[in-house]
Amino acid sequence: MPSPDPGDDLAEARLQAHFDDTIARDRRIEPRDWMPEGYRRTLVRQIAQHAHSEIIGMQPEGDWITKAPSLRRKAILLAKVQDEAGHGLYLYSAAETLGADRADLTRQLADGRQKYSSIFNYPSETFADVGVIGWFVDGAAICNQVPLCRTSYGPYARAMVRVCKEESFHQRQGYELLLTMMRGTDAQRAMVQDAVDRWWWPSLMMFGPPDDDSPNSARSMAWKIKRHSNDELRQRFVDMTVPQADRLGVRLPDPELRWNAERGHHDFGTPDFAELTRVIQGDGPCNAERVRRRRAAHEEGAWVREAARAHAAKSAARRDGHAHHGATEGAAA
Amino acid sequence: MTGVDASWPLYEVFVRGKRGLNHVHVGSLRAADPRMALENARDLYTRRNEGVSIWVVRSADISASAPDEKDPFFAPSGDKVYRHPTFYDIPADVPHI
Ligand SMILES: [Fe+2]
Ligand SMILES: [Fe+2]
Repeated sequence: MPSPDPGDDLAEARLQAHFDDTIARDRRIEPRDWMPEGYRRTLVRQIAQHAHSEIIGMQPEGDWITKAPSLRRKAILLAKVQDEAGHGLYLYSAAETLGADRADLTRQLADGRQKYSSIFNYPSETFADVGVIGWFVDGAAICNQVPLCRTSYGPYARAMVRVCKEESFHQRQGYELLLTMMRGTDAQRAMVQDAVDRWWWPSLMMFGPPDDDSPNSARSMAWKIKRHSNDELRQRFVDMTVPQADRLGVRLPDPELRWNAERGHHDFGTPDFAELTRVIQGDGPCNAERVRRRRAAHEEGAWVREAARAHAAKSAARRDGHAHHGATEGAAA
Repeated sequence: MTGVDASWPLYEVFVRGKRGLNHVHVGSLRAADPRMALENARDLYTRRNEGVSIWVVRSADISASAPDEKDPFFAPSGDKVYRHPTFYDIPADVPHI
C-alpha cells in the first residue's frame, strides 16, 4: 500500500530505530511501546502456544490424581497440576498485554487453530509416568524457560520468572517419586524403566526441530525473544539428565549416547523428527482426546461463567441503589 | 463455543509481599466482580505465601502516562539536578552531612 504521507514513513523509521536500540541495549519492551507488527504477532503466537501447553499439560498428570497411591502423592500431584493452571493464566495475562483476547485464544485452541507442546499428546500409562513427566518434561521445560526469563518482552519475561520459581518443585517431586519406586520391587523398577523408554525421545522433541530446519528461529533470536537455539537447549537437557539417570539406576534408550570428552558434552542419537511433525500436525496418540476434553471443560463451565456474571450485575445494581445513602467502596488499604 | 469470558472484565493485581513493602503489580486476571477477582488473585498469585495483602483494580480504570520514558511528560524532572544531594559542594571536613 502506498504511504499517504511521507512523514508517516519518517515517524515509523524513528519508532523502529528506538525499538531496535532498546533491544540492542538489552532493555525490555513494555506493553504500550511501539513494536513491529511481526514482533507482536510472533509473541502472541508463542505466548499463546506456551499458555495452551500449560493448560493441556494438566491432563496427562491430572488423570492420576484420583489414582495416586497415597494421600501424600495425591496432595503433591494436585498442587503440581494447580501450578500448571497458574502458569497458563500468567501467560494468558501476558498475551493480553499485547492486545490478544483470552476468550479468543481459548476458542482457537478448542478449534485446533493454535498449537501446544507435542509432548502432551502422549498417554500417561502408569503411575511411573507421573514421575518421569516431572523429571523429563518439567526438566526440559526448565531448560527452555530459564533463558526466557531474559526474553525481550517484559510481561513474558516476568511471567517466566514466576514460572521458573515453581518448576523446580515439579522436577524434584518427579525425581523423588522415581527414587522411591526404584527402592521398591522389581515390578516397580521395571515400571520406571518402561516409562523412561517411552518418554525419552518425545522429551527430546520438546525442543523443536533441529536448528537447520527451524525457519523462524533466526528472527526470534534477533529480536531476543529466543535466547538459545533448539539444539543448544536439547544438548543442555541431555547433559543435565544423564548423570541423574545414572544415579537413579535407569538406562536412557539411546545406543549412541556417550560422553564426548573433546566437546565436553554428550553425543546422542537423532530424535525421529518425522514423528514430531506428525504429532504437531494432529496425528499423535492423544491429540483428539486432549482437545476434546479441553473443549468439554470449557463448554460445561459456561453456566458457571454466566451465573457469576448475572450475580455480579445484580450486586452492582444493589450497590448503586445504596449509593445515595453515602455508602462507597472502601478505600484500598 | 460461547465466548462468555469476554464479558468478564480484566483486573490488574497488586500484591504486598510483606509488611513494610508497597503493593507491587504482579499481573492480571479476568473475573466477574471484585470479590471474585480477589479470591482468584489469591489462588493465582499467592500460592506460596507471596503476599499479605492484595489490591485488584479494573484495568479499564487505570490512567497511564505515555509509554516512552523520553516523553516530554517526564521532562520537568530531567533538568532539575538541584533536587539531588550530589548537586551541592560541601567541604570534606564538615561532619555528618
Ligand atoms: Fe508449567
Ligand atoms: Fe511444571
